[in-house]
Amino acid sequence: MFLHALQEHFGFISKDAVEWTASKLGLQPINVHELVTFYPMFRQEPLGRHQIKVCRTLSCALAGAHQVRTFFCKRVGLDPHKHGPQTTSDGHYTVEFVECLASCGTAPVVMVNETFHEQVTVEKAEQILAGCRAT
Amino acid sequence: MPQEHRLILKHADAPGYTPDVECYTRHGGYEALRKALAMIPRDLPDGKKMSPQEQIREDVKLSGLRGRGGAGFSCGIKWSLVDRRSGKPIYLICNADESEPGTFKDRQILHKDPHQLIEGMIISCWANDVKLAYIYIRGEFPAGAKILNHALKEARARGFLGKNILGAGYDLEIHVHRGAGAYICGEETGLIESLEGKRAYPRIKPPYFPAVLGLYMCPTIVNNVETLCAVKHIVSMGGADYARLGTPNNTGTRIVSLSGDVKRPGYYEVEVGKASVGELIFHENFGQGLREGRRLKAIIPGGSSSKVLKAGEKFKLKRKPPDGQMVATDVDLLDLPYDFDSLQSAGTMSGSGAIIVLDDTRSMVDTLSNVSEFYAHESCGQCTPCREGSLWMSKALDRLSNGQGRKQDADYLLHIAQNIQGRTICAFGEACAWPVLSFVKKFKDEFETRGAEQEAARAGAGTAGGASGQ
Ligand SMILES: Cc1cc2nc3c(=O)[nH]c(=O)nc-3n(C[C@H](O)[C@H](O)[C@H](O)COP(=O)(O)O)c2cc1C
Ligand code: SF4
Ligand code: FES
Repeated sequence: MFLHALQEHFGFISKDAVEWTASKLGLQPINVHELVTFYPMFRQEPLGRHQIKVCRTLSCALAGAHQVRTFFCKRVGLDPHKHGPQTTSDGHYTVEFVECLASCGTAPVVMVNETFHEQVTVEKAEQILAGCRAT
Repeated sequence: MPQEHRLILKHADAPGYTPDVECYTRHGGYEALRKALAMIPRDLPDGKKMSPQEQIREDVKLSGLRGRGGAGFSCGIKWSLVDRRSGKPIYLICNADESEPGTFKDRQILHKDPHQLIEGMIISCWANDVKLAYIYIRGEFPAGAKILNHALKEARARGFLGKNILGAGYDLEIHVHRGAGAYICGEETGLIESLEGKRAYPRIKPPYFPAVLGLYMCPTIVNNVETLCAVKHIVSMGGADYARLGTPNNTGTRIVSLSGDVKRPGYYEVEVGKASVGELIFHENFGQGLREGRRLKAIIPGGSSSKVLKAGEKFKLKRKPPDGQMVATDVDLLDLPYDFDSLQSAGTMSGSGAIIVLDDTRSMVDTLSNVSEFYAHESCGQCTPCREGSLWMSKALDRLSNGQGRKQDADYLLHIAQNIQGRTICAFGEACAWPVLSFVKKFKDEFETRGAEQEAARAGAGTAGGASGQ
C-alpha cells in the first residue's frame, strides 16, 4: 500500500499527504482520510523516534504485559494511567498498548519500531531502553 | 505416546536451516511443483479426460484437508465452489493476517520457510487456473513481508514463478500486500475489501461469496497459510496417504499454538485428533503442565473467539468404534481429542488451533475483560449490534474488573451477547459474543459474587458517609 511508504518516510500521514495522495489517485481526500483513520498503523500525528508497542492481549497480559508497559511509561516519564499512545515531549519515545502480535508463546512481547522482543521482563525492558538510547 | 508429527514444520527449526531458496531446494523444495506440472491428463472410463488440474483438485478433496484459518471448511469443497465459467479471472489470496489472539503458527512458516508457502500457493494457483495471486500479510510482520518479497524474487529468478513456469507454459504472479493493524482484515471478505484499497468492511453473504464475487467482483479463493502449505504435501504424498494422517474427517497435521499458564508454551505440529487436550497441556512433549502448585481452571481452545471450556466439564462424544455402531460416550475435557469435530461436539471450536490455558489463580472476570477489550477495539463498526454491543460489554466488564460492578451485570452481559450473535454481517459478531456467553454462563457465580461484593462495598461506604462509587 502506498500509504505504508508515506508512513515509513514521514513517520505519520499529514493532511497534506492525504490531499496529495488523493489528487494523485483521482480520489476525494475523504476517501484517503477514511483509510488513515480506520487502520491503527497509520498515524495522523508524528510519533516518537522509538515507538514502543507492548502487546496487551490475553496471553501477554497473563505473562505480565501491564507491568512491562508501566515500567516503560515510568522510565521515559509518561503517565501509565493514561490510555492510548503517548509521546514524550522530546519526541524520543512513544509508548502504547497494541493487540496480539502473534507471538503469544513467547509472551509478553514488545515491538520497538520494526524490532521484535520476546519474553520481556523488567530487566529486558531496561536493556531495550539502553539500546534505544544508543541509537 | 503422543508426540509431534512434523510435516509442515519439518525443517523450519532444524539447525542451519535458512529461508533462502538454495536451502529449500536442497531439502527437496519445489519437487512437488515439478511433479504437479509434469502430470498428464488421465483417461476416464467414459472416454473423457481428466486434466492434471482437475486431478489435483480431486486429490485435495480426497485428502480431507480442512481449512486451518478458523472455520475448518473443507478445502476441496471450497475449491469446487469456484465459479469457473464466468469468463472472469480467478484470484487466489493467501490469508497471512494471523490475528486471532493466541495464534502464532503462520509466523513460523512465513519467517522460517517462506518457499514452502510459495510452492503450495503456486500449485494451488495452477490447480485453479489462477494467474494472479496475493499474500495478505499483517502489518505487524514487517520482517515477514521482507522475507516473503525476497523469496518471491528468488522464485522468479529460478523460473518457479513468473512467465512460463518451469517451461510448462504456465504464467503466475504473486504479490505481497501488507495490512495495517486491523484484526478484521483476517475475515476473508474484509481482507478482500482491504486488498482493494478500502476500509476492511466485511461484505454480506449472500451474495458476496468470494468463490463467485470476490476480489474486484471476480471468483476468489482465500486460504490460510497453513492450508496452502498442506496442499504441497498432498501433492507430494498423494491425497489418500495424507488422509491416513490424523483421524477420519480430521485428517493431516495441524500446528497447535499453546500459550498462557503452561510451563512450556509453544507451537506443536500434531496429527489432528491424535493428541488430547489434556496431553497437549500436560504431556512432557508438549506443554509440560502448569506451574508448581497451580491447578487447571479453564481453557480457551481455538483462539480467543472460541467458547471457553471449564476444567472438569464432561461432554457427550459420538464415536464409531471399529465394529460399526455409533455410541455416545462421556468424555472429560482433558480426554477430548483435539480435532475439529470433537471440539464442535463440546460446543466450541478448534478455530485457529490456538489453546490458551488459564490456571486457578486467574479471575474469569478480569480475563474476559481483557478479551472483550480486544473485540471492542477491533469491531469494524458496520453493524450496530456489534459496534455498540462489543463496547457495552467491554465497559461493563471494565467496571466489574475495577470495583464498580453490580450483581446484575452478569445477566446484562448475557443479554447483550445474545443480541449480537446472528444479527451481524460477519462472524465477528459471534466471535465477540461467544467468549462472553460462555465465560458468564460457566462461571456465573464468580461474576455475580464479584458484582455483589462491589455493590455491598459501595453501600457500606455510602452509609458510612463516604463518596458513592458511581
Ligand atoms: C473475525 C475473523 C477473523 C479472522 N481472522 C483470520 C486470520 O487472521 N487468519 C486466517 O487465516 N483466517 C482468519 N479468519 C478466517 C477467514 O475468514 C477464512 O475463513 C480463512 O482465511 C479461510 O482459509 P482456510 O479455509 O484455509 O482456513 C477470520 C475470520 C473471522 C470471522
Ligand atoms: S459483525 Fe462487527 S466486524 Fe463484522 S461487519 Fe459487522 S461490525 Fe464489522
Ligand atoms: S497475546 Fe501478545 S502476542 Fe498474542
